[in-house]
Amino acid sequence: MIPFDYARPATVGAAVASINKDATAQLIAGGTNLVDLMKRGVMSPQKLIDVTRLPLKEIKEANGIIRIGALALNSEVAENETIRKALPLLSQALNAGASAQIRNMATVGGNAMQRTRCPYFYDTVMPCNKRQPGTGCSALKGYNRMHAIFGASDKCIAVNPSDMCIALAALEATVIVAGAKGERRIPILDFHRLPGDNPAKDNNLQKGEMITAIEVPVNKAFAKNSLYQKIRDRASYAFALVSVAAALDIKGKTIQQARLAMGGVAHKPWRLTTAETFLKGKEATVANFQQAAALALKDAKSYGHNDFKLTLAPNTIVHTLKTLTGI
Amino acid sequence: MTNEHEDDVLRAAHSRRSFLKRTTAAAAITLAPAALVKAAEDKLDEKGAEYFEKLPLQIEVNGKPYSLQVEPRVTLLDLLREQLHLTGSKKGCDYGQCGACTVHVDGQRVLSCLSLAVMQDGKKITTIEGLQNGDDLHPMQEAFIEHDGFQCGYCTPGQIMSAVACIREGHAKNDADIREYMSGNICRCGAYPNIVDAIKDVVKKGGVK
Ligand SMILES: Cc1cc2nc3c(=O)[nH]c(=O)nc-3n(C[C@H](O)[C@H](O)[C@H](O)COP(=O)(O)OP(=O)(O)OC[C@H]3O[C@@H](n4cnc5c(N)ncnc54)[C@H](O)[C@@H]3O)c2cc1C
Ligand code: FES
Ligand code: FES
Repeated sequence: MIPFDYARPATVGAAVASINKDATAQLIAGGTNLVDLMKRGVMSPQKLIDVTRLPLKEIKEANGIIRIGALALNSEVAENETIRKALPLLSQALNAGASAQIRNMATVGGNAMQRTRCPYFYDTVMPCNKRQPGTGCSALKGYNRMHAIFGASDKCIAVNPSDMCIALAALEATVIVAGAKGERRIPILDFHRLPGDNPAKDNNLQKGEMITAIEVPVNKAFAKNSLYQKIRDRASYAFALVSVAAALDIKGKTIQQARLAMGGVAHKPWRLTTAETFLKGKEATVANFQQAAALALKDAKSYGHNDFKLTLAPNTIVHTLKTLTGI
Repeated sequence: MTNEHEDDVLRAAHSRRSFLKRTTAAAAITLAPAALVKAAEDKLDEKGAEYFEKLPLQIEVNGKPYSLQVEPRVTLLDLLREQLHLTGSKKGCDYGQCGACTVHVDGQRVLSCLSLAVMQDGKKITTIEGLQNGDDLHPMQEAFIEHDGFQCGYCTPGQIMSAVACIREGHAKNDADIREYMSGNICRCGAYPNIVDAIKDVVKKGGVK
């Protein structure tokens, strides 16, 4: 690792001031992503701002909204009683990520900010538009088994690796951000970006801003009927090939409202709005689930090694909905 | 497993290169003849060491307080192994992928290879060396021996630190639970079934403190 300076501010204001003052400074929380990337020379901030001592760890419920501090640990959130009862989907998604040790270090803010696991992004001798804009995308014609089937561009086909954010997308969370000019609220679906012409930019957080909290609205119907299903190369401790976060408001056999989001398939959490609209007011049947899955895959495009995702993704959607409704 | 020496040499070379890249002097140096580059490099390295000052760090390791000075880039794993000579915690991958470096920080299991030492200021660290009580092995250590929970033994300190935490967290309810919550510890020798048996045995005999 290259040498760097280190500071440990005591207030959010001081942390924000530090990243505004120094363009080469970067926040560090659990370090589970950043330290890895720094060791490999993929990222090389010259100053680290340690935010782990900031008072941003609280999880509290008020007026039907659960606010989770950005520094709350992934394990604390997953095991928290309020979260398990009111947002079981989030708890499941967090527990499906990484390992017990990593969840004990990783924070909610860091999780939302984690970079892609594309092997070409990690390999500093290979071209990668995300790591080094203008050099090209090695994955496009390379080994792209883990890569996107939705919303990619000819500049980048990497996926966002977060499990947590897939659940947050289905639950319509809001990211709370602090900057030099004060606080800003960003709906989770507008937080991450598609690669387009600028894959170096993962999300819409501006330079000099930090995440202070995530807010998630509580929906009792969804809490009763939600499931995170993750398909991976081994049973645990592996990133998603595809994952599905599903929440249903169901009365009798009729679906009042459906929320569906997928992971492992795009540069951002991928909401399946067409499938959701289709399922609204329909009966919970395998045929309807299959039709919803087919609609969800309408604009999918694969790149060779990840062709299998065109079959795995709809199968996972159907499987998740079947498991959830017990049919 | 990674060859640690080679790894260190590579890292030193890499950091020197990166450091050169970042200094304004480097722009001129890249155009100079090799001997000159070498001389300048050596000098810069000295300066570099002075410039990136060490920071104070107070930690307790296995019940013993330490007052140390560390560079910010030193990981907790390297601090334990290289400075405190506690070589029980292993460097399997150094990238968070194997669990061989698992230690407890304030009672919670974490990966020391992805933890910066300087960020642990004021915390209590427990390593495999701190688990036993005087001459008595910890019940989990006993159980690993009794159940043949290892072959080469490289992953074992991490497995044991993780196993103790796994029970303490209440995640050792049954085989499936143990497998899921021990998945962060990879064993290349495949001692998994015996590790599960060892953990179940400790649970059966009353768990851990
Ligand atoms: C072996 C391994 C397996 C993994 N498997 C999974 C998996 O299956 N699923 C999954 O979802 N994840 C997985 N992860 C990734 C893990 O979840 C992330 O590394 C973690 O969530 C990052 O959080 P952190 O607090 O450690 O972030 P850090 O590493 O500290 O920071 C990551 C980035 O976020 C920025 N940042 C941190 N906090 C803030 C903030 N408050 N505001 C703005 N920016 C901030 C930092 O500047 C940095 O750029 C895995 C990681 C490893 C090493
Ligand atoms: S050495 Fe492999 S996880 Fe730390
Ligand atoms: S005992 Fe050899 S790696 Fe586990």
